[in-house]
Amino acid sequence: MTLRINGQTVEVAAGAMVSAAVAAAGVSQFRRSVTGEPRGPLCGMGICFECRVTIDGREHSRSCQIPCAEGMEVRTDV
Amino acid sequence: MSESFPVVVVGAGPAGLAAACRVAECGARVALVDDNPQAGGQIWRGAAPPAAPWIRRLEQYRVEWIAGARVFAAPSLGALSLESYEGNREIHYRNLILATGARELFLPFPGWTLPNVMGAGGLQALAKSGLPVAGKRVVVAGSGPLLLAVAKYLREHGARVALIAEQAAHPSVVRFAVGLAGSPGKLAQAMRLRAGLVGMRYLTSCWPLSAEGDGKLERITLRRGGKTWSEACDYLACGFGLIPNLELASLLGCKLNRRGVAVDDFQQTSVAGVYSAGEATGIGGLDLAIAEGEIAGFAAAEHLQLARSRFAERASARRFADSLERAFALRAELKELASADTILCRCEDVPLGRVRECASFREAKLHTRCGMGPCQGRVCGGAAGFLFNWRTESIRPPIFPARISSLR
Repeated sequence: MTLRINGQTVEVAAGAMVSAAVAAAGVSQFRRSVTGEPRGPLCGMGICFECRVTIDGREHSRSCQIPCAEGMEVRTDV
Repeated sequence: MSESFPVVVVGAGPAGLAAACRVAECGARVALVDDNPQAGGQIWRGAAPPAAPWIRRLEQYRVEWIAGARVFAAPSLGALSLESYEGNREIHYRNLILATGARELFLPFPGWTLPNVMGAGGLQALAKSGLPVAGKRVVVAGSGPLLLAVAKYLREHGARVALIAEQAAHPSVVRFAVGLAGSPGKLAQAMRLRAGLVGMRYLTSCWPLSAEGDGKLERITLRRGGKTWSEACDYLACGFGLIPNLELASLLGCKLNRRGVAVDDFQQTSVAGVYSAGEATGIGGLDLAIAEGEIAGFAAAEHLQLARSRFAERASARRFADSLERAFALRAELKELASADTILCRCEDVPLGRVRECASFREAKLHTRCGMGPCQGRVCGGAAGFLFNWRTESIRPPIFPARISSLR
């Protein structure tokens, strides 16, 4: 399955979550905090909201809870 | 869209799966709701071997499986509002079973907000959802038997686990391990775990002091006895045990006790028709979750005699839960890890020093915005509970951030 992370094409196994695809693309900073600190996933189970990214234009999507889909466009807060 | 069910189960982990199966076996229609795309909960994550028979059973019965949906409000008596990536729905119940599980307890220390510092269960969950860990150097730290399971899993998937840092002291861990001999199932599990950990450094009375790196984690500093040293690592998997998810129970007005949701012998909460099972009623592990789930399921389907048939299993599983709590009690030194400028609330970037000046979690919320971000205190609330003994479960809808269009 192929999707794009910040414009970069990434290949992932079927069933992978978006969080895994972002990390596999070598991105560790998923978002910036309110004071501009880099942040990445903490809980892996949808409660901490640190892994938020923009998926197909939808902001603040929790990447650890959303399975990858073919052709998805993902943007992290760089 | 609105539908009605005699029984609704929230949470498809071990307790929720067991509950839904038992309700269905009694012939009642049941809906099973979970925030995750797959059943199995955080322990099983999909149809792992122990979950498979329960998931197969679910498929045999008329269970309405509602995946990827989170309950964000209870708009009226007997109704729940659900939001998912695709849209919203409202479901109605006569009896409700809350099997909302647990989350990890995270404690603040300098550098804990750096990318690649994760929960222990957190890193495992991410690895299970496809994050590649092969060749990565990982330190596993915090407390509890979960650390061992996580280390074993990561190693099996090619990670280099540098060490496991357990904050509890050696004698209590040994007492706990010896106690497992009393329950053969647990002992066998422990032996398998041990076989997967051969050659790995497991240090007791050891904990992280700080994490350092430029934009992401590069190394951590650990303490053990009088000794302090650094370990280079790609990931720190750090969790200090589990805490129950109580938001929905609180919203519904269920009474809580020291462990979690207060329940009677039939797992019924203080609210008639609302039951709770598994980690939500107090951290107790897999066997207790399944026994409680079965009892709640039978009781919610009004088969009390069948519910009673599981009381003995529940009592024996509860003894294990008690020994777990004693063995991995958190040491007071962990309250001193964070300094005044260490961030406590990660959503709103509120440093510990500002929160510490407040008298309660409510005051901290009002004065500093601690706990007011999207996680709604699910992370900092647990830490504040440990650091300051604050009660943090006062809750208002929506209990998860919801889209504006959902809040009509």
